[in-house]
Amino acid sequence: MSTAREPVSVIGKQRRRQAWWLVLPTLLVLAATAGWPLARTIWFSLTDAQLQDLSARQFVGLANYIGEGGILRDGEWWHAVGNTLLFSVSTVFLETLIGLGVALLLNTPSRVQGLLRAAVLVPWAIPTVVSAKMWSWMLHDQFGIINAILVGLHLVDRGLAFTADPHLAFPTIIMVDVWKTTPFMALLILAALQMVPGDCYEAARVDGVPRWRVFRYITLPLIMPGILVAMIFRSLDALRVFDVIYVMTSNSHVTKSMSVYVREQLIDFQQVGYGSAAATLLFFIIALCTTLYMGLTRPRLDADR
Amino acid sequence: MSQVELVGINKRFGETTVIADVNLTIAPGEFCVFIGPSGCGKSTLLRIIAGLEAPSSGELRIDGVRVNEMEPAKRDIAMVFQSYALYPHMTVFENMAFGLRHLHLPKGEIDQRIEVAAQALNLATMLQRKPIALSGGQRQRVAIGRAIVRKPKVFLFDEPLSNLDAALRVKTRVEIAKLHRSLDGVSMVYVTHDQVEAMTLADKIVLLRPLAGNPDLPSVAQVGHPLELYHHPANRFVAAFIGSPSMNFIEGAISEVTAHDVTVNVAGQTLAAAVEGQGLQVGAKATLGIRPEHVLVGKAGLTGTVAHMEHLGEHAYVHLDTALSPQPLIAKTQLDALKLGERVQFSLPATAMHLFDANGQAMRRQQQEPLAA
Ligand SMILES: Nc1ncnc2c1ncn2[C@@H]1O[C@H](COP(=O)(O)OP(=O)(O)O)[C@@H](O)[C@H]1O
Ligand SMILES: [Mg+2]
Repeated sequence: MSTAREPVSVIGKQRRRQAWWLVLPTLLVLAATAGWPLARTIWFSLTDAQLQDLSARQFVGLANYIGEGGILRDGEWWHAVGNTLLFSVSTVFLETLIGLGVALLLNTPSRVQGLLRAAVLVPWAIPTVVSAKMWSWMLHDQFGIINAILVGLHLVDRGLAFTADPHLAFPTIIMVDVWKTTPFMALLILAALQMVPGDCYEAARVDGVPRWRVFRYITLPLIMPGILVAMIFRSLDALRVFDVIYVMTSNSHVTKSMSVYVREQLIDFQQVGYGSAAATLLFFIIALCTTLYMGLTRPRLDADR
Repeated sequence: MSQVELVGINKRFGETTVIADVNLTIAPGEFCVFIGPSGCGKSTLLRIIAGLEAPSSGELRIDGVRVNEMEPAKRDIAMVFQSYALYPHMTVFENMAFGLRHLHLPKGEIDQRIEVAAQALNLATMLQRKPIALSGGQRQRVAIGRAIVRKPKVFLFDEPLSNLDAALRVKTRVEIAKLHRSLDGVSMVYVTHDQVEAMTLADKIVLLRPLAGNPDLPSVAQVGHPLELYHHPANRFVAAFIGSPSMNFIEGAISEVTAHDVTVNVAGQTLAAAVEGQGLQVGAKATLGIRPEHVLVGKAGLTGTVAHMEHLGEHAYVHLDTALSPQPLIAKTQLDALKLGERVQFSLPATAMHLFDANGQAMRRQQQEPLAA
């Protein structure tokens, strides 16, 4: 759009002022609920506050970040960052792929379509803590149903310790998160699919365009903005991942995410200052990822809209 | 060169019959127009020919071969959708090229075809634009261009002009007629609800009527040359639909049947119609019809009171309250000076009269109007 450089008319000014008034309440609420805690966390991160007595704190500057025992020098922190990124990339990738497949299935007219749409949402509707616990039991190495089936089919000799085995814990976490969140992806993509004008498909059909070309050159480009937005949502969520990991593999070093690390510092070790510093870093990493992602996908999000 | 035949085509959606018993042949190179009121199944019939809908029964043949089960792509047709159905994310060029890319044409062939079509349709300067940056008329032309580049044997148009403004509609109508002439031997099937489009474009008009829950009625009210439908409507539905303003109808009872005319008793007067009267019973109910342009205003015979005037510049329509019918009789006249409430003489010439029997079927007119070639 080339409207940015046009002289602003009186009506334009009025509209702008009106727009500010309309978003003002939201901005105030955001400032109170997000801005204030964030500012406080950043402030704490510059002190040596302890959980027992928050008032007995001293300003220590950036010591929590770059000091002798600072976070940036803590291998455990970088391990958590790596875990979180790996978790985010793999879950968002898998959820997008599977979600797209499910959405395409749901988009083909059938008699049970409405029922399927509702059914698909069930995993998303269950609180993560509940579904994580549910999966923990199903995956239990001795009493879990999954292991019972695997043993019954003679695929394994002994029950697998899905959540305890260092090789299996991470894939297990990813699997559970994908199970839970794919419906959300599928529904967002389904909404995008339903925005594709039906007559485009008919035009392509009359012209005899093969199905995969229709998908590749009509469906995919038209739903791409929707997919990208869905991926942003999911990435933000995934970078903050806490509950699945905490419930299923609470103290495992192998699966520790940034949020789990922060909680550990704040609660288990009572280091409010240090923990706040970690939380602040977590915030900046998410902000950085989001900005990068938006920057890279901007042209596609704006295209044809 | 392709001949399209519809044999006993029916279409039901669930319990509702939308198309009943359509029998129709569209000759190679013919311009065939489907017309009818909204919702009468024109689009459905077109989509059956395209292969986007399957008929519930009946057979569709192209060049004598049954194609009911054939994919749309194999039928050698191209369709222009009412909504244009352009691909929003592709440029004009890509929109036209997309339907050809999978055909593995020789190199340069696609570019060449698009260039020719773009020249013909005045699109050459906007090939790199996306549909959103085009006006309605330009989008329309892209949709036509997309059909042309495929070089089909049959073009299907679904109300292609309905989204254009009046001036553009007239212009595009002429362009479509020229296009048909330039594409030698290509048949066109064209759906519209606008009778001016139908009258001006068609070699053959197929007038469809809504079934309104009466599936025994065939969908096609009449098939024929535009002037045949105008001068010799087969029934009251056709007579009322073709012509604007619509034909005047006068209810009465048969009083006499002779070799060269039928006399009808209407409100104490007798009116004659020059039609063949076989099978008519004296005393039976019948309906006379006369077009506004055939009423002779100012000529002695009958009288009426001016209830309303419509001035169109080159002529006027006068609405006359008469004893003949409850609704006013509409007449075309050059007499611009008529005043409301004025009493006017008029006559209804027998040779211009239509007569419909109690079932609404037209009696054959004695005078055969010449059909323009
Ligand atoms: N897919 C469909 N399912 C059910 N009814 C339909 C469908 N398509 C069309 N109809 C019905 O068939 C009738 C004819 O529709 P259509 O062919 O679009 O009419 P027209 O093009 O003459 O306005 C309408 O009453 C419409 O509601
Ligand atoms: Mg229609």
